[in-house]
Amino acid sequence: MLHTFVALVEDKPGVLTRVASLFRRLNINIISLTVGHSESPEVSRMTIVAEAPPGSGHRIKASLFKLENVLDIDDIGQLSCVTRELALIKVAATPQTRAPIFQLAEVFRARVVDLAPESIMLEITGVASKIEGLIQVLGEGDNLILEVSRTGRMVMRRGQHTSRVLDAMRVPSPEDEPIIPVTAEAGGDAGLELISGDPNHPL
Amino acid sequence: MSEMPEAAVSQPTRLTGAEILWATLLGEGVREVFGYPGGAILPVYDALRKYPIRHILVRHEQSAAHMADGYARASGKVGVAIATSGPGATNLVTGIATAMLDSVPIVCITGQISSKLLGTDAFQEVDITGITLPITKHNYVVTRAQDIAKAVREAFLIARSGRPGPVLVDITKDAQQGMADFDFNAAEPSPHRPHPMLSAEHEAISEALKLILSAKRPIILAGHGILESNAMDQIRTLAERLQIPVASTLLGIGAFPASHDLSLGMMGMHGEAWVNQAIQQSDLLIACGMRFDDRVTGVLTSYAPNAKKIHIEIDPAEINKNVKVDVALIGDLREILETLLPQIAPRRDSTWIRAVNALKGDAAVRDIRNLPDLGHLYAAHVIHDLWRATDGKAIVVTDVGQHQMWEAQYYKHESPRTLITSGGLGTMGFALPAAIGAKFACPDKEVWVIAGDGGFQMTAAELSTVVQEHLNINIAVINNGFLGMVRQWQEFIYERNYSCSPILSPDFVKLGEAHGISGTTVRTRAEVLPAVDAARRSGGAFLINFLVEKEDAVYPMIAPGAALDEMIRRPSKAHNPLLETSEEP
Repeated sequence: MLHTFVALVEDKPGVLTRVASLFRRLNINIISLTVGHSESPEVSRMTIVAEAPPGSGHRIKASLFKLENVLDIDDIGQLSCVTRELALIKVAATPQTRAPIFQLAEVFRARVVDLAPESIMLEITGVASKIEGLIQVLGEGDNLILEVSRTGRMVMRRGQHTSRVLDAMRVPSPEDEPIIPVTAEAGGDAGLELISGDPNHPL
Repeated sequence: MSEMPEAAVSQPTRLTGAEILWATLLGEGVREVFGYPGGAILPVYDALRKYPIRHILVRHEQSAAHMADGYARASGKVGVAIATSGPGATNLVTGIATAMLDSVPIVCITGQISSKLLGTDAFQEVDITGITLPITKHNYVVTRAQDIAKAVREAFLIARSGRPGPVLVDITKDAQQGMADFDFNAAEPSPHRPHPMLSAEHEAISEALKLILSAKRPIILAGHGILESNAMDQIRTLAERLQIPVASTLLGIGAFPASHDLSLGMMGMHGEAWVNQAIQQSDLLIACGMRFDDRVTGVLTSYAPNAKKIHIEIDPAEINKNVKVDVALIGDLREILETLLPQIAPRRDSTWIRAVNALKGDAAVRDIRNLPDLGHLYAAHVIHDLWRATDGKAIVVTDVGQHQMWEAQYYKHESPRTLITSGGLGTMGFALPAAIGAKFACPDKEVWVIAGDGGFQMTAAELSTVVQEHLNINIAVINNGFLGMVRQWQEFIYERNYSCSPILSPDFVKLGEAHGISGTTVRTRAEVLPAVDAARRSGGAFLINFLVEKEDAVYPMIAPGAALDEMIRRPSKAHNPLLETSEEP
């Protein structure tokens, strides 16, 4: 199963290697790992998605915390959170074949970020299934996908939780914090996230 | 740290990086370091003369790490090894991994080529922090003189805190040569980040108490963590108060007195059969500072099937790693036991103890220690006699293999830190260098090396270190002409195909003599005690070459993949003329 961890780490050379090396040592495959600045200077934030057996989350979290440069670890598990990934997709398109791609982009709320005589570049943000949905429908037509670049998942827990008060020992429970009800009105992407999570939905 | 000479801490002083290194080590209480000089660490060696630290010149850097390790295990303090860049650093690797697997606090200092040349494949450049990343608790590259004190002080803190382990500090040559202000106190590391997973919560404590108080057949599994946490008294109190028998891991030997009525001895692959049977029959395991290593559990699916399990452990990553436990108490063992003990009233019910004793059955008559030698020299007899001759009080440092298991079975350790052995990594060649480290840690104690003829040859070059440092270390080579444990596995599992396990050795007594070490060869049991006496009276290093039975095996044994109570016992009379007693069970 997929495990998602958010790690706050010191922003120093070699820290990424230490984290990645730990997963290698545990013989666990990393599905995606994103890293960038956090709200604090000198602290980087990683979202790590890994394929590992059910029940291994505790040991991975504990092992990550043994790394001296790791300041805090959150095992997201099934907690309520916002998951986002960004993708750039370059599709072969001439002025004559652009129109259907524009339509697909609009349905998926993707943006056109580059337009060249032979290609279009789309930028799409959302959960993985939304991005995969767009790539799939683009590929189903006569379109030729030239390049795909995905950032990997970023995760942030909903509500009052902040990383500064993160208590990694606490057993995660849905009652821990109020979950903001997600409705279609809550925001553009949020609605689509719910829809695309529905296996019966065409997207 | 209070041992720091006043002059060195008082005021910030302008020093070279090399001087800062020594002053910081001195401030951390270091008086001995084990090392080997080379190009990239020469500024450090040049500055050594200004500091009251003794440097022990090793013959191979692997031994430097083992010496630091032996020093740490014998003293409970942090051991220090120093090496140059490149091959000096890579030679440390086996020793670092040994310390990592056994949670031993050592700090390794390596020289590195100048920071401006990093990444250019310069002469003797190697990425030692990359290489040691998975086998250290943490490591540092220091490229500026002003960063040395802080890195080294952090290294000491990390090495000895929590679950101890090795830390490596790689210092570039220009950092050693550069100048910086040195202020020992200002370089004090900020308090270690609190571990959010370290807490024995109230509910877990009461759950553990409930299990402990209701258990009918409990066993304490005593691990290395008892020594690290200094919880010997608390374990003893717990065992005595509820009459709980205590089984030890290999590294837990010495945590509970072997002569105590409640002591069962070693568990696991070469533990006594009745110890493992008792574990299989128990209804509660109280695992203290141990990690359910595969050598301890046998096959996991049938491990202690009827027992609830309480795991008291400082490393949260060990919880439920191998054995799923019912209650985990995560934190310092002694603190947790001190929380539990006031809530436990004494109980006198000897039913379980009597049941455990009944499990011994014919173990005593099968025990080779109780059998006549009939002209053979058995390693078990040698170790038994050595135990008696030394009154069980020596620090025994073993190598790895059959002799190591016989030591664990037949040398009865009464006090902590008297058995020093490579358990997790199983590093051959460990004994002699680790014994040198242990002798520096405990100069007034009698130190014995017990090594096989294979492992001893791996680091025998350190005999000249023993002589150069005028050390009084006694060496028992258990010489059977085989890589004995390999041969034993080949006998049991590979149809006696003794592939590459016979080994030729030099005359070890002459080898000792070539180094200026006296010694003698022993061929019969009658010669054992006189030889041991001669060694003890010699006043210097002494080597005894015990030419023991070539194809003896360590019994009992759990074959790989077998359950804990499916043990291979010493063969019956039909197969072994020595055995005059019982039949197979």
